[in-house]
Amino acid sequence: MSKRIDVKNLDIYYGAFHAVKNVSMTIEPRSVTAFIGPSGCGKSTVLRTLNRMHEVIPGAYTTGEVLMDDKNLYAKDTDPVDVRRQVGMVFQRPNPFPTMSIRENVLAGVTLNSKRLSKSAADELAEQSLRGANLWTEVKDRLDRPGSGLSGGQQQRLCIARAIAVQPEVILMDEPCSALDPISTLAIEDLINELKSDYTVVIVTHNMQQAARVSDRTGFFNLEATGMPGELVEMDDTQKIFSNPSKPATEDYISGRFG
Amino acid sequence: MSATTAPETPPQQHGKPTKRPGDVLFRGLSTASAFSILLILAGVAIFLVSEALPVFGADPAEVTGGEGFVSYVWPLIFGTLVASLIAMVVATPVAVGIALFVSHYAPKRLGTAIGFVIDLLAAVPSVVFGMWGFQVFAPRLVPFFTWLSDNLGFLPFFETASRTGRTILTASLVLAVMILPIITAVSREVFLQTPRLHEEAALALGATQWEMIRTAVLPFGKPGVIGGTMLGLGRALGETMAVAIILSPGVFTWNLIDSGNITVPAEIALNFPEAAGLRLSELIAAGLVLFGITLGVNLLARWVVNRRAEFSGAN
Repeated sequence: MSKRIDVKNLDIYYGAFHAVKNVSMTIEPRSVTAFIGPSGCGKSTVLRTLNRMHEVIPGAYTTGEVLMDDKNLYAKDTDPVDVRRQVGMVFQRPNPFPTMSIRENVLAGVTLNSKRLSKSAADELAEQSLRGANLWTEVKDRLDRPGSGLSGGQQQRLCIARAIAVQPEVILMDEPCSALDPISTLAIEDLINELKSDYTVVIVTHNMQQAARVSDRTGFFNLEATGMPGELVEMDDTQKIFSNPSKPATEDYISGRFG
Repeated sequence: MSATTAPETPPQQHGKPTKRPGDVLFRGLSTASAFSILLILAGVAIFLVSEALPVFGADPAEVTGGEGFVSYVWPLIFGTLVASLIAMVVATPVAVGIALFVSHYAPKRLGTAIGFVIDLLAAVPSVVFGMWGFQVFAPRLVPFFTWLSDNLGFLPFFETASRTGRTILTASLVLAVMILPIITAVSREVFLQTPRLHEEAALALGATQWEMIRTAVLPFGKPGVIGGTMLGLGRALGETMAVAIILSPGVFTWNLIDSGNITVPAEIALNFPEAAGLRLSELIAAGLVLFGITLGVNLLARWVVNRRAEFSGAN
């Protein structure tokens, strides 16, 4: 599990709107990479190209390459469905399926991928995934209750359990804590730390302290002006970005002088 | 679920809230509307029961058919239920398919156009459907009925084929066309309301378009589809003109592709003008039974929808 991602000359469009220009970067396996930057700079957009979720928006497309262990995710013969099975995603707002129980939610991806599981194997996978998301002890007595009955933080961990149940190579997180209270946020951050021993984790966050706390490497995105495409200003070890960035724009942003 | 402790004493009232004339007026209007519907319903129920009463005390030999009300009414009920159920079974999958196409597959412009056409279908008066069924649809179905009776004639439903096509199956299929728009419209609306977040959750797990629909859209829309189907069923149960025109009525038979059978509304419409005395009571009593069935169907639908309310996503 866990693969390396190379992005080469990626340009992202929403119809005629050029959203992000010329991004090239490398995301290391078994590490946490954070994307930071002001609103509208395209960091979530870039994240969504890593599992080809960008193109589900009508009119949206990309040019350039995203290589996962040297395999181009945007090659002609690559099925986006296969990509998404290898690259899991956790969204900004917790989104467990409301019509499913907690257990069904965890197993949703596995049942989709039309694997036939025996009941015991399914139970084991559900427990293992919920343990992996630090949620097992809280929900083990109510696995048949609706997932929407949990608190926001628990729901988000349920979504993480759902994502890791399909054993992806990479987990993308799009501002996973922005709808959560500080204690739930802490729980998710702890979890991210544990996840990186098995997965490649990429996280978009608005919270610079969070990026500093959880990530090994940080990419700073910015845009010159509203309506202009966003771009990757610089990407480096998190410690370097927050102590001694090489670009003045990064310095300005992390010191709070703008953005 | 969560243990919230109620306050020991109710919060103290700080004087009377000011009454604004607009609020008072609107509250009065909406309360009056709410009660008027109850009054109307009670009025209809009282009318049906009081007018139907004589038939229940009557000498069985005097009721049409000569064997009492129950043996008079059950073939009518049977015809009504069979016609409505066939219509529902035929229409629902087609309607859900159209709704999904419009909401999730078609390019936006095509989807809007198809939605508009479906709405137009709802604007066709039932008597027009009746004439169309009688003139155009029924004769075209004759070869199909003949084929059914030749190949599946061993089943009681397809024993002999009608040569006019004016059968309960024809009426059912026309009913299916008539209830298609309402089921489609309701389903389309709920499918369109599926939260984007849930659709993306399914896609991000590696769902194909169809799997996404199965995981996120259909479960979310299920109560709405059931609701739409019940509206359609209600219309089919009560539909009068189309059935009265198309069906060549007769006594009860299992055979669906020959003349015979009749529905409650058609029976009432065909006989009401000349009915008097006990005959009138019979017809009204038949209407009462239909009223009861429709009520039961609606309660059943509500129960089905509420059974899993916790899982509806509305919380």
